[in-house]
Amino acid sequence: MHSVVEICLIILFLPLISSTALIFFNKRLPRGGDLLATACIGIPFCLAWYVFYRVIAVGHDPQFLITGAMQWFTIGPGNAGWGFHIDNLTAVMLVVVTTVSFCVHVYSIGYMRGEDYYGRYFSYLSLFSFSMLLLVLCDNLLLLYVSWELVGLSSYLLIGFFFRKHSAADACKKAFITTRVGDVGMFIGLLMIYRQTHTFNYIEVFRGVQEAVQSGAWSETTWTIAGILLFCGAIGKSAQFPLHVWLPDAMEGPTPVSALIHAATMVAAGVYLVGRLYPLFSPDALLFIAYTGLITAFFAATIAITQFDIKRVLAYSTISQLGYMMTALGVGGFAAGLCHLMTHAAFKSLLFLCSGSVIHAAHTQDMREMGSLHKKMPVTFWTMLIGAAAISGVPLFSGFYSKDAILASALGFGMEHPNHRIIFIGLLIGAGITGFYMFRLIFMTFFRAPADDHRYRHAHESPRIMTGPLVVLAILSAGAGWFALGEHGWFERLVVPYSVGTAGVAPAAVEADGHSAHNIAMILSIVMAGAGILISAVFYYWKTCSAERWAKALGPIYRLVYNKYYIDELYKKTAVGGTLIAMRILAVFDRVVIDGLVNFSAYFVRAWSYISGAFDLHVVDGAVNGLAWGTRLVGTISTLFQSGVVQNYIMKVVAIVAFILLFQNILTTFL
Amino acid sequence: MSDSGPLLTLITFLPLLGMCAILFIPSRQKEWIKIVSLIFTLPSLVLGIKMLIEFDPQVGYQFIEKAPWIPAFNIHYYMGVDGLSVPMVFLTVLLCPICVLASWGIEDRIKGYCAMFLLLETGMLGVFCALDLFLFYVFWELMLLPMYFLIGIWGGPRKEYAAIKFFLYTLFGSVFLLLAVIAIWLATSPHSFDMTQLNEQLLQSGVGATFRNLCFLAMYVAFAVKIPAFPFHTWLPDAHVEAPTAISVILAGILLKMGTYGILRVSYPIFPDSAKWFAPVMVMIALINIVYGSLCAMAQTDLKKLVAYSSIAHMGYVMLGMASFTPAAMNGAVFQMFNHGTITAMLFLLVGVIYDRAHHRDIDGFGGLAAQTPIYAGITSLAFFAALGLPGLSGFISEALVFLGAFPTWPIITILSTSGIVLTAGYMLWTFQRIFLGPLNEKYRTLPEINARELVTLVPLAIIVLFLGIYPAPMLNIFDHAVRELLNRIL
Repeated sequence: MHSVVEICLIILFLPLISSTALIFFNKRLPRGGDLLATACIGIPFCLAWYVFYRVIAVGHDPQFLITGAMQWFTIGPGNAGWGFHIDNLTAVMLVVVTTVSFCVHVYSIGYMRGEDYYGRYFSYLSLFSFSMLLLVLCDNLLLLYVSWELVGLSSYLLIGFFFRKHSAADACKKAFITTRVGDVGMFIGLLMIYRQTHTFNYIEVFRGVQEAVQSGAWSETTWTIAGILLFCGAIGKSAQFPLHVWLPDAMEGPTPVSALIHAATMVAAGVYLVGRLYPLFSPDALLFIAYTGLITAFFAATIAITQFDIKRVLAYSTISQLGYMMTALGVGGFAAGLCHLMTHAAFKSLLFLCSGSVIHAAHTQDMREMGSLHKKMPVTFWTMLIGAAAISGVPLFSGFYSKDAILASALGFGMEHPNHRIIFIGLLIGAGITGFYMFRLIFMTFFRAPADDHRYRHAHESPRIMTGPLVVLAILSAGAGWFALGEHGWFERLVVPYSVGTAGVAPAAVEADGHSAHNIAMILSIVMAGAGILISAVFYYWKTCSAERWAKALGPIYRLVYNKYYIDELYKKTAVGGTLIAMRILAVFDRVVIDGLVNFSAYFVRAWSYISGAFDLHVVDGAVNGLAWGTRLVGTISTLFQSGVVQNYIMKVVAIVAFILLFQNILTTFL
Repeated sequence: MSDSGPLLTLITFLPLLGMCAILFIPSRQKEWIKIVSLIFTLPSLVLGIKMLIEFDPQVGYQFIEKAPWIPAFNIHYYMGVDGLSVPMVFLTVLLCPICVLASWGIEDRIKGYCAMFLLLETGMLGVFCALDLFLFYVFWELMLLPMYFLIGIWGGPRKEYAAIKFFLYTLFGSVFLLLAVIAIWLATSPHSFDMTQLNEQLLQSGVGATFRNLCFLAMYVAFAVKIPAFPFHTWLPDAHVEAPTAISVILAGILLKMGTYGILRVSYPIFPDSAKWFAPVMVMIALINIVYGSLCAMAQTDLKKLVAYSSIAHMGYVMLGMASFTPAAMNGAVFQMFNHGTITAMLFLLVGVIYDRAHHRDIDGFGGLAAQTPIYAGITSLAFFAALGLPGLSGFISEALVFLGAFPTWPIITILSTSGIVLTAGYMLWTFQRIFLGPLNEKYRTLPEINARELVTLVPLAIIVLFLGIYPAPMLNIFDHAVRELLNRIL
C-alpha cells in the first residue's frame, strides 16, 4: 500500500503548485490560469476517488491505517514531524474535499468570469484546497494546527476578495480574529498535551493521554479541560455558539467560496477534528460538545427562519447543521456525525451553488425581490429542490439517512441517560424548523409571484459550466446516503473511532439501542420534517397565513430572533469595546505616566543643574569673587599708607611708637 | 578551527576600513559614496555566509582569535562565536547591505551618514563576537556614538529630542553595565575579563550570592533598556519614529537583540543562580511586554509607531522563552530573536516605502491601496502575517517553541501570554484593512508601485521568512547545542 502515500503526496501538492504558479504568473497564463487550477484539483479529485476505491471498496478494513512521517524540527524533549495519517476517515474526507473543490472550481469559471483579479481568485482557491487537504492528511497535532491556521488564511483572503467593499474588508478581519480566539484555546490544549506526552503524533498522543489518565498523572478534570480546550478550535472554525458570529458575515465572499469553505469543508473541519481526536475527549468533554452542538443547532435554526438574504439563510442553516454533527459526536454517534458531514458537504455546497446561480440571474440576494424563478431556471430549481429535500430529511435523500442516524443516537443516549433526553427533543424540533426554513427559501425564491418585474424578465438560466456541477452535486446529494449509511450500514462499520485498545480511554460511546431507537427516531423525524415543510407551504405557497402578520403578532420575540439575539451587538460592546478602551487607556498611560516619568527625570536633572548652576555662580563663585574683592579692599586701604614720602613714614612711626607707649602706660596703670 | 584565518576580525573591521575609504571620497560624489559603502558591507556578508557554512554546531566557541591587548589589566582582544552569536552575526551582515540600499534616497550629508553607518556596523559585529568582557563593553559603547548622530542629524522633525533620549537612556544603562564589569574584575583573582571563564573564577574567589545578584541586576538594567523591557521602553517609539528608515531597521532588527543577547551571553553564563533567582520577575515583565505592547500598538495611528510597539511585544516572547529554562523555550527565544530581526526589518522597510511616496504615516490617511499597489500590498501582507505568527512563516515556529517550552515552567503566565496571539492578529489585520482594503482613497490614484531597488531590499528577507517557516531545522541546529550547554550551566 506504499503507493497510497505517494498518491496522497500528489493529491496534496498539486493544488499548492497551481496556487504558487498562479499568484506569480496569473497574468501571463492563458485565461488567468483558471484551467491550470482546475486541472490541479481535477487530478487529485480522480486520485482521491481511486484511493477511496482502493481503501474502502476493496480493502474494507476498519483498522486500515497507513502512516509515513519524516522529522521536521526538534522541540525540546520531542520532535515535530511531517507525516500522513491515512485511514478510512481520511479517505472519505479526501473524496469530500476534492469533489466539492473540483465542482466549485468548474462552477467558478462561469461565475467569476470577467471579475477583477480572476487569476488571483483561483490561486486562493488552490491554496485553500492545499491547506484543507493537509488538514485531513496530516498525522500530528502541530501540523493540524498549521493547516488549521492556513485554511483560516485562505478563508480570510477569499472572504475579503471583493476588498473594495467595506463590508467585505470588515468580514474577513472578523472571520480571522474570531476563529483565532478559538484557535488560542486549541493551542493551549495542545500545550497541555505536549507537556504530558512530549509528542504531537496522533497515535502516540492517544496512547500518552490514556496512560496519563490511567496512571493518575492526569485527573479526570484535567482530561476534560484539555478536551474542551481542543474543542475551542472547533467552536471557532465550525462556527459553534458562541463564536458563530463570523460565518454569516463571511457570506461577503464570492458565492462559490461560501459553498466550498463556509459550507462544505473548512467549517466542517471542526467536526473532523472532534472525530479525529475522539480518544482525547473525556465523557464530560463529550457531553460539553453535545450541548454546545445542541444549542447551536437549535438557535441558528431559529435565526434562519427570519432572514431574507438567501445566503444568510443558508449560512445559519450551515451553523445549525454543524451543531447537529457536533451533537452526534458528543452523544457517541461517531459514524452518524461524520456521515452527516459528508452528506451535508454535498447538499449544502449544492444549495450554495444554486443560490449563486439565482443571484447571478436575479442580481439580488434578497429573497423578497425574487419569485417565480422556477420557470426561468429549471436546472437550478430542480437541483436546489433536491438539496432542500436532502437537508430537510425527506426520505430516500441523503440527508435523511444521516440525520436519522444522528437522531437515533441522540435518542439512544437519552434512553441511557434520562437526564439528557432534552438533546433528542431539541434536535427533533430543530429538524422541523429545518424543513420550514428550507422550503420557505424555495417558495420565496422560485414560486411566489415575481416581486420585481424588471428582474424577473431579465432572469435567465446559468451557463452549462455552472449547471454541470449542480447536477453532479445533486446526484450526490440524492444518493450519498444510500451507499454511505443506508441499509448495509457499512459506513458505520468502516469509520470507527481510533481505538487505543483498552476501555480506559475509549469514550463512553453509547451505541443506539438497535432497531427500536432507530425506528422511533426515523418515524418522528419524518413527521417533524413533513410538518415543517407543510407549515412553510401554508405560509409561503398557499398563503393561508400571512407571515408578516405573525411576525407582527410575535413582536419582540421576532425582533430578537431577526436581530440574531443581538449577539453581535453584545460582542461589539463588551469584547471589542473593552479591548479598544483598554488600548486607549494603556496608550495614554504609556505616554503620560511612563514616558512622563522619563521626561520628568530629565526635567528634574535639568532643574537641579539649573539650581546648582545658580549656586555655583552666586555662592561658590561668589565666595571666590568675594575673597578677591576683600583682598583688593585690604590692598586699597593699605595703599593709603604707602605714600613713598620718607617724612610721612617717620611721622607714622613716631605716631605708632607714641601710641604703643601710651597704651603700655595705660595698661600698667590699671593692672 | 584556527586555520580559517582571522575571520571574525575581517568580518568586524572591514566596514571600518570602508569608513576610512569613504573619508577620502569628495562629498560631491554622492553616488560613489553610496556604492563604496555598499561594496564594503558585502565582504562581511560573504564571510558571514562562509562562517555560517563552516560553523560546527557541536563544538563550543569557534573561529577564536586571542591576543593580549592591555596586559596590565589582563585585557585581551578575544573574539569568538558560538551557536548563540552566529545567527546574530549573520543577521547583522545580512541587514547592513540591505540598509545601505534602503538609504539610497538620502542626499543630505551622505558622506557623514555612510561613514557613521559603517562605524555602527563594526560596533554591532564587535558586540556579537567579543568574548572579553572589556572588549564587549568597548564595542557596546562604540555603537552608541554613530547611532546618536544618525538619529540626531538625519532624523525627522523631533530628531534632537529622540536622539538625546536614546543616548541618555542607553548611557544610563551602560553605567550599570560598567559598574558590574568593574565589580566582576575586582572580585576575580587574578583579575580577569574572560567571559568564558568568569563563572568558575567567581566561584573560586567565593563571592557571595548578594554580590552576584546585584551584579546581575545592574547588568539587567543595561540590557533591559536595549530590549526594551517594560518600563524602560519609551525611548523606542520616539527613536523609531524619528530615525530614517534604514536606521529604524538596524534599531529594531539588531540593536534590540543586543539586550537579549547580552543576557544570554554575559549575564546567564556568569551568574547562573541569579538567572534562576530573577526568572519570576523576568517572566512577569515578559507578559507585560507582550500584552501591554500589543495593546499600545493597537492604539497607535502612526504606522511606524505601531511597528515600534509591536517590537516591544515580540521581544516579550524572547524574554518569556529566556525565563523558562527549557530547551524548547530557549531555542524559541534565540530563534525569535533572529526571526524578529528579519520580520521587523521588513515591516520598517515597508513603512519607509509608503512614507517616501505619501510623505505621511497616518494609518487612517490611506485606504484601498491594494487596488493601486498590488505588489506592495502583497509583500506587506506577507510581513504582517509573519508578524502575527501565521504557520508557514518563521515567526510561528519561534513563537510556538517559546510557548511549548514555557508552558511546563510557567503555565499560567504562558496561558495569559497567548492572548498576544489574538491581539497581534487584531491590530495587524485592522491596520492592513485601514491601509489597503476598502475603496481607494482618491488622493492616491497615482501612487507609484514599489520599485526594483526596494524589492531588492525586501525579497531576500521574505525568502528567509518563508524558508525558515517551512524548514526551520537548519537554523535551529546551529544554536541547539549552545542553548543546551547554557541550560546545563543554569540547571
